[in-house]
Parts: sequence; structure tokens; C-alpha cells
Amino acid sequence: MLFFFPLLPIQQMQFMLLFSRQGKLRLQKWYVPLSDKEKKKITRELVQTVLARKPKMCSFLEWRDLKIVYKRYASLYFCCAIEDQDNELITLEIIHRYVELLDKYFGSVCELDIIFNFEKAYFILDEFLLGGEVQETSKKNVLKAIEQADLLQESQNEDWGGLSEDIL
Amino acid sequence: MPAVSKGDGMRGLAVFISDIRNCKSKEAEIKRINKELANIRSKFKGDKALDGYSKKKYVCKLLFIFLLGHDIDFGHMEAVNLLSSNRYTEKQIGYLFISVLVNSNSELIRLINNAIKNDLASRNPTFMGLALHCIANVGSREMAEAFAGEIPKILVAGDTMDSVKQSAALCLLRLYRTSPDLVPMGDWTSRVVHLLNDQHLGVVTAATSLITTLAQKNPEEFKTSVSLAVSRLSRIVTSASTDLQDYTYYFVPAPWLSVKLLRLLQCYPPPEDPAVRGRLTECLETILNKAQEPPKSKKVQHSNAKNAVLFEAISLIIHHDSEPNLLVRACNQLGQFLQHRETNLRYLALESMCTLASSEFSHEAVKTHIETVINALKTERDVSVRQRAVDLLYAMCDRSNAQQIVAEMLNYLETADYSIREEIVLKVAILAEKYAVDYTWYVDTILNLIRIAGDYVSEEVWYRVIQIVINRDDVQGYAAKTVFEALQAPACHENLVKVGGYILGEFGNLIAGDPRSSPLIQFNLLHSKFHLCSVPTRALLLSTYIKFVNLFPEIKTTIQDVLRSDSQLKNADVELQQRAVEYLRLSTIASTDILATVLEEMPPFPERESSILAKLKKKKGPGTVTDLEEIKKERSSDMNGSAEPASVNASAVSTPSPSADLLGLGAAPVTNSAPPPSSSGSLLVDVFSDSASAVAPLAPGSDDNFASPDLASSEVVSEEPADTVHDADELFHKFVCKNNGVLFENQLLQIGLKSEFRQNLGRMFIFYGNKTSTQFLNFTPTVICSDDLQSSLNLQTKPVDPTVDGGAQVQQVVNIECVSDFMEAPILNIQFRYGGTFQNLSVKLPITLNKFFQPTEMSSQDFFQRWKQLSNPKQEVQNIFKAKHPMDAEITKAKIIGFGSALLEEVDPNPANFVGAGIIHTKTTQIGCLLRLEPNLQAQMYRLTLRTSKEAVSQRLCELLSEQF
Repeated sequence: MLFFFPLLPIQQMQFMLLFSRQGKLRLQKWYVPLSDKEKKKITRELVQTVLARKPKMCSFLEWRDLKIVYKRYASLYFCCAIEDQDNELITLEIIHRYVELLDKYFGSVCELDIIFNFEKAYFILDEFLLGGEVQETSKKNVLKAIEQADLLQESQNEDWGGLSEDIL
Repeated sequence: MPAVSKGDGMRGLAVFISDIRNCKSKEAEIKRINKELANIRSKFKGDKALDGYSKKKYVCKLLFIFLLGHDIDFGHMEAVNLLSSNRYTEKQIGYLFISVLVNSNSELIRLINNAIKNDLASRNPTFMGLALHCIANVGSREMAEAFAGEIPKILVAGDTMDSVKQSAALCLLRLYRTSPDLVPMGDWTSRVVHLLNDQHLGVVTAATSLITTLAQKNPEEFKTSVSLAVSRLSRIVTSASTDLQDYTYYFVPAPWLSVKLLRLLQCYPPPEDPAVRGRLTECLETILNKAQEPPKSKKVQHSNAKNAVLFEAISLIIHHDSEPNLLVRACNQLGQFLQHRETNLRYLALESMCTLASSEFSHEAVKTHIETVINALKTERDVSVRQRAVDLLYAMCDRSNAQQIVAEMLNYLETADYSIREEIVLKVAILAEKYAVDYTWYVDTILNLIRIAGDYVSEEVWYRVIQIVINRDDVQGYAAKTVFEALQAPACHENLVKVGGYILGEFGNLIAGDPRSSPLIQFNLLHSKFHLCSVPTRALLLSTYIKFVNLFPEIKTTIQDVLRSDSQLKNADVELQQRAVEYLRLSTIASTDILATVLEEMPPFPERESSILAKLKKKKGPGTVTDLEEIKKERSSDMNGSAEPASVNASAVSTPSPSADLLGLGAAPVTNSAPPPSSSGSLLVDVFSDSASAVAPLAPGSDDNFASPDLASSEVVSEEPADTVHDADELFHKFVCKNNGVLFENQLLQIGLKSEFRQNLGRMFIFYGNKTSTQFLNFTPTVICSDDLQSSLNLQTKPVDPTVDGGAQVQQVVNIECVSDFMEAPILNIQFRYGGTFQNLSVKLPITLNKFFQPTEMSSQDFFQRWKQLSNPKQEVQNIFKAKHPMDAEITKAKIIGFGSALLEEVDPNPANFVGAGIIHTKTTQIGCLLRLEPNLQAQMYRLTLRTSKEAVSQRLCELLSEQF
């Protein structure tokens, strides 16, 4: 169900989707409140639209009342929806910076990293973009935050001896 | 399987994900998932208390299942439990689950808020960060209620860590967007502005987004941000590429921050302080200069980031629209991009130039690129780029290049993608009309449109060409000749048959002198298409035939033979059959004189809206359209006609059997007394209404009850139970969105209203009903305007008979002229004597500013452009209020239409919102109005925003409309 959001948000991203060439959704982040049904519908339509585009076409397209900015990296499509007045090129670079962050964190990121560590992909995204706005553009600062968290985690894991039941 | 796990090893999760990936079929996947769900459910329900790690793992699995697209209906409680864990990763997964699967379950929200509160108070920056992220991700109203007061404190506290400040700023922004009413402005605002000076660029980046949104709504309070933003921007654009270290992106210093700062500046007019203004101009020039420098890197990221800043700078230049030099430079820069090898840049250049075309300073400069743009239309391989080229051609079109642009668009239409054809057709039609110097060109253009893209030519377009031909004598002969020639084509579009049939029916005589287009040839040509056409077109052609009977008596028998044939007289379609029967009868019994009168040439159309406006009326649904048609008809006769329209209408059309009679003339003699405009007017409605229901409006006697107050009052009474006596104010508000009904009622008297408005004029009929059996004496109703109101509203009333018999009703007419916009409502005072006692009462007369609305249809793009143009804070008025009635979308739509504005569909990105547009007509001026209504079902609230060019108008319309929901 819907709520208020301003008519002219400043550079507010509406949502970000990552999906594979086969159309499998790998990550979804919604910055405006929508019902699950609506989200599924949007995803379905958009994945179809973007996959149908040929290489070398422009990275922007009008879709409903939004602008879609997308880019393909290997087998994955990164796709952001922004508002009519928003800056397309800087959004394209938001995508690129996110890819760089994933790449640096996982070391040559591939689709599998994102599948098996989807929660990490979300955490990195939250450090970089919050509420659809860029929060921190420095690669160092974002990764520092994530790595600190990993350290916390590892030190806490040490006192967790046997993981016998972990298979279930 | 490279089950890569950084940091944490949730092996069970990795195994599960592998299993899912190995599933060969959808069924297998679902089976595996159901097995897992059963397992998790039993773990959660089991007697053994789960440790934090297992809980985290299972919650994470649930999350994964949800993200695969399956519904999850449990596990929320376990996730909430994780929030209070002391282990960072457990907390983190708990928050992630909550962020992705928000649940409006109030019990949970309370628990979640509690956990967030603890983390915010923990002083542990990583915990605070998680809590803030969660608020920013969920952003619900309940969270705003709980934290909107707390977060500003965290944001401006001296000891808050930078990373927490960043999250707090964006978190607050999200809450402000969700619930602006809950975020209190206060001392913190001035301190937030100073974050623009912060040493940490990440903090500045986050804060700038917040400040921009706040500044949009509270420009005065954030005025100081302008000079701070300019100096920050100046420092960035003049810095060397290495100065900003990690904030430099591919040799471009802080591109994201630069873009945000330039956005912030677009909330304000050009700075008044000459020093600040000078510095800003320098910045913009520097950015433009840099675009000309050789690239520092070949990577596309370098040029993208650099150009992102450049495009935003150009947006600011266009927004200021005050520096001709910069505008022209911007235009030249974009001109270079038009031929860039990067598709993205060509796309953006075309898009950006559209706005430049609307500035008087750069319109001419944009026009110089016409050849390049036309070339783009022909050669671009990507349809979205071609679409932009069409938009730009449309935007740069003026009298000097209209013929060329229209020709190119027509040319393009032949091969255009189906998805954009209709839009191009509309654009061509609008341009052709707007810039037609020569109407033969206009006619050619529209006929070409129909030829090339007939399926995409909406009715409005061909209605419009007929209106124009009817109204312009000089083009009628040409139009007849041209459609005649076009109809020769072996396969022509049905729309052409319609236009051809109509025009030849009116003006076929103008070309009948030429033996090649003799009456018989014209008739045979049209009739050769008849059997291929749909019912409405055939109905139209039958009208053409009867018109031919009048124009060309020599082919009367041929036509009668056709009408008499079984395929007509016994046609299965009632409408066609009726026309055939009646036309045949008419042609047989009416004398030449009568035929000439009945079938006279159409009178000129009143100058009315262009096709786009008409299109909007269609969208309102068939019911309202008929209504509007009727009202329009009444209005056109009323407003232009005599002083007492009701009686004229009634006498002219008191046909005994109106329903069966197509032309409103049951027998020939009636025609004699009926003035020609009313009969030909009927034909007009006939042809212009698109369905078989065309008959209905042709029976004006039945739908007009102005002449019979009794009827009016009985209708009114049935609408309102007689025994309810409403608060007068409430009744007043009911009339804001409707024109008819009961205004006042007590035991003695009932006051009913019927009113109609067109542009800045209106007429109101007031019906006073005596509910008693005793006479009212000295009955004196008076309409009173305050001094203020008198200067803006001109009201003329006629006195009524001072005696009102028991059970009788009298009627009073008020003629209304709106001179300028106004706030208050006139007062209706009524005094009379009843059974020896003196009665005196006053009610507000519902003549409100919105009555002078003309709806305006526009595209989403136009709407937002205008919306942006009205961004001066004084032009906007906003109100947030509780719903007083059940929140039903259909009712809301009806109210907005009743309010008088157009209801624009598919403009707002959020389909639950309502957007409207219209023009308030006053004698002195016209005021464009845009409105937006956002319902929040959960909170049972609305937010209404009005933007108009005049503060008082925004204010008044907002007040009036807020009372309606």
C-alpha cells in the first residue's frame, strides 16, 4: 500500500534490481513503499523490458513514469529506477561504484558470490545508499564499515565451538 | 560448489542455497522449499530453545526463500528476537529481515521500535548504524512517530561519529518524506545547514540530500544554505583531481556531491548577493570549460562522472533562465553531444535541449540544430533515442520551421515504432493546427496523418479537422476536393471515410460542378465504402446521404432506393435501421424548403478546446461524457442565447414522442417552428457522439428540467432525506464538487439549487419551496456580497414574486461573472412573513472559485514541467488532514472531476495518488492550477498539494478541496 512521497524527490532512487541474463532476480531493494504484488509486477515487466534490449542501446529508458538506468556486468544486469528529473549519468556511476564495492569485497565478484552471500550484498548496499540516496561515496569508508562488522563477527564466532547441527 | 562465505560461515544456509540451485524443475524447487519451511517451523515451535546462531540461520533461510518470490508468514517474532541479541551479526540479520519483510502488525512494530530505541541509546556506533538503517529502510509512520524527535538530536550532537551522522541525516530524510508533519523544525535546522561546511565529505554528501528536501518545503528557513553550497561547490570544482583523495572518482572530484549541491541550488532563484552570484557563475563556467578539456582518462566512468556534473550544471542554468551567455554556451555544448559516439550522451543531449528550447534566450540557439535532430530521427537505432528526437522537434517547433518539422514527423511516422505512433500523431495534429498559416496545409497534413497512421488517429483528431473546416469558409472547397481525391484510393482508412463522408455531406456541392466529381460520382464513391465500415461510420454515412438529398435533388431517387433496400430498412442494428427509416420518410414527405431548413449547413462551432482537451473528457468515462455533452449543449444555448433559456428550450422541443425521433421532428410542421440551429445542433451532437446512445441527447425535452421546478425539487428531495437538517456549512461544502441539490431545509422552507458554469460565467437557479400550506408574504431573498467580494464577483438577480403560495415553489435566477479570484462566498438572505411571524435566515451561497475551472489534460512530462515551474514557495499550499469519509478511490476521482479540474491518469508514479490540472477563468486573468492528492490508507490521512501561479488561489482551492474527503 502506498504512502506519501514527494513529487520531486531530489535524486531519489525508487528501487534497484539485480537480475541475471536468464531473468532470475538476485537482489531487490525498494526505496518507496509498494505492496508485494506491485513489486512482483514491476519486477516481471522490467526484467522483460531490459532483457529485450540490444547491446549498444542507450542505458536509459522511460518506463511508466520513471526512468530506468541499467548496465550489464558479465551475466548480471544492474537496474535502477529514478524519477524524471533525476540525473541519469550519476545513477549509472552509482551502479558502477556498487559493482566496484562488491568486487573489492568479494575479490573479483561473480554472480555466485551474490547468490550465496546475498545478505552481504544488502549490507554493502546499505552502507553505500540509504533511503535511495548516496550516503558514502568513498570506497575505503564503505568497506571499512563492512570489514569492521566482519571482524566483530569472527571474534564472536570463535567462542562457538562445534557446529555439528549446522548442516540442517 | 564455491560456497564462498566471507566472514561468517552459515553452512546450513549455503547447503540449502546449493540444493535450490541444483533443483531441476520448478516443482522440485517448491518441494525443497516446503521441506525447509516445515523444518524451520518445527525448529521454531520445538521445545528446545534455539540458540542465537540457529535462529539467525533459520531467519536467513526464510529471507532467502522470500527473496526467491515465495510468501513467508512466520518467523517475524524470531527475527525481532534477534534484534536484542548482543551479537552483531545476529542483530544485523534480524534488522535485514525486518527491513525486507516489513509487517504492519502493530504488536511487532512496538517490539521493533523498542529494540531500535535501545540500540540508538547504546552509544555503540555500529549498533546505532544498524538501527538507523532499519528506520530508513522501513520508514513507516509508526517509526516516524517514535523517532522523528530523537534523530535530529543525534544528527547535530557534537560527539556523534561521522558515519552515524550520515545515516541519521538520510534516516531523517526518509521520515520527512513519509511523514513531514511529524518532523519538527527547530534549532537543529540551522545546525544542519552548517553540515555543508563539515570536513568529512561523506557527511556533507548525506546532509546535502536532507537539506535539499527540507529546503524545497521550507525555503526561507534554509536560505543560508545557498551561499554555503556555492562556496562548497566552488572549492570542489577548482580542486585538483587528487585533493579529495577517495572522494575523487576517476579524476573527477566528488561528482555525487557536486550533483547534489547543484540540485540544492535548483530549489532557489539565482542568488541575490552579487558576490555569491558571481562565484556561482564562475563555478558554472568552470564546469562548462572543463567539458572542453581533453579527458584525463579514457574510461567511460571518467566521462560519465564529468558529464553528470555538466548536465546538472546545465539544469541549474536552465532553472535560473537568467544568464543568456550561459544558456547559449550550454546549448552549444549539448549541440556537440548530439553527434557524440556515445548513445547515452546523444540521448541526454536531446532530452536536455527540450528544456532549453523553452527558454527565450536559447530557443533560437536550439533551432540551429534542427538538421542534426532530424537526422537523429532517421538514423538512431534505439527507439528511446528517436523518441527524444521527436520530443525535441516538437519543443523547438515554431512558425518558422513548423512546415519542415511536421513534414519530417509525418515522414518518420511511416516507419515509426508502434509504441510511439499515437503520440506522434497527436503532436503532428497539434503543431499543424497551432502553426497553420495556410489551412490547406492543415487539411493536407491531417489527411496524411490518417493515410499513414489511420489506426492511431484518435477521434479527437478527426473531430478537430471537421470543426476547423466547418468554421473556415476559405478551406471548405479545398477540403471537399482533397477528401474526394483521397477517397479514390482503393484501400482507405475508415477514419478517412468518416472525415470524407462528413465533409462531402456539408460541402460536396462545392466540387459538384466538376463532372469528375458529380453528385452521383460522389455518392457512389462513398457508398462503395459503406459495406466495409463499422456501424458508427455507416450511421454517419446515412446522415451524409440525407444531406445529399438536400444538396443534390437530382440523385434523390438513387439515395431513396438505397435507403429503401432491405439491408437498410431491416438492418439488424437498431440505430442504422432507425436512421434509414426516418431519413427515407423525411426525404419523402418533407418539402424542399423544409429539407433545406432541416439539413442546412452546419453552423460554425463555438471556438472550443483543442483535441487534447476533448480527449480528456473521453477518459472520464461514458456516463460523465454524456453529461458533459448535455451541459455543454445547454450552456451553449443558454450563454449565447436569450435571457430566459429554460423557456426557449422547452417550447422549441416539446415534441410529443421525443425518444423515437432522431432529428427532433416527428412531423414536418414542427420543423417550421423550430429554429434551424436547434435541429442542426442536434445533428451535430449526433455525429459527434460515438455510440448508439446518440439518440438520448437529441431529446432535450426529457433531460431538461429547468423549466419544471417541481421536477427539479422532487429529484432533489429524493437525493436528500427530507427530515435531515444539516449544518449549513456542511451543506455548503457539499456543493463544492456538485452543482445541484438542496442547500437549505427547515420545517417551512426548502431551498434547492441548480447551477452551471462556463469559463468565467455562470448561472444559478435557486428554487424556494414553501413546505407549509400557508402563504409566505413579503418573500424577499437577497444576495449579499461584501465590499471585497463585490469587486471580484459580479452577481445579477431578478426579484421574485413576494407571495409564495402554500406548497408552491418559486424560482430565482442569478447570473454570475467572475472578475477576479475571490475567497469568501456570497450570502443569501431570505426574509418573509409566515402566519404573522417574521422569518429571517441567511445561508452561504455556494459560488466558489473552483466553479470557474476548465479542466486541462496534459502528459506526465508537461505536468511535471509545469509543476516544477510553480516551485516558488508562495505558489504551493499543502494540507495534511484526516479522512472524514471512507477512502474510496472511485468516489475521490468523481469528486476531483466534480471540483472542476481534469483528473490526470498515469501521471503520478504512484497509482494510488490523484493528480489534477485545470485553469481558473476570471474576467481579468486565467490561472493555471495543478493539484495532487495522496491518500494514506493506513493512517486514514490525506495530503493535498495545490500549486497555482497565485498564492491566494492555491490557498482557497486547497481549503475548498480539503473539506471534501
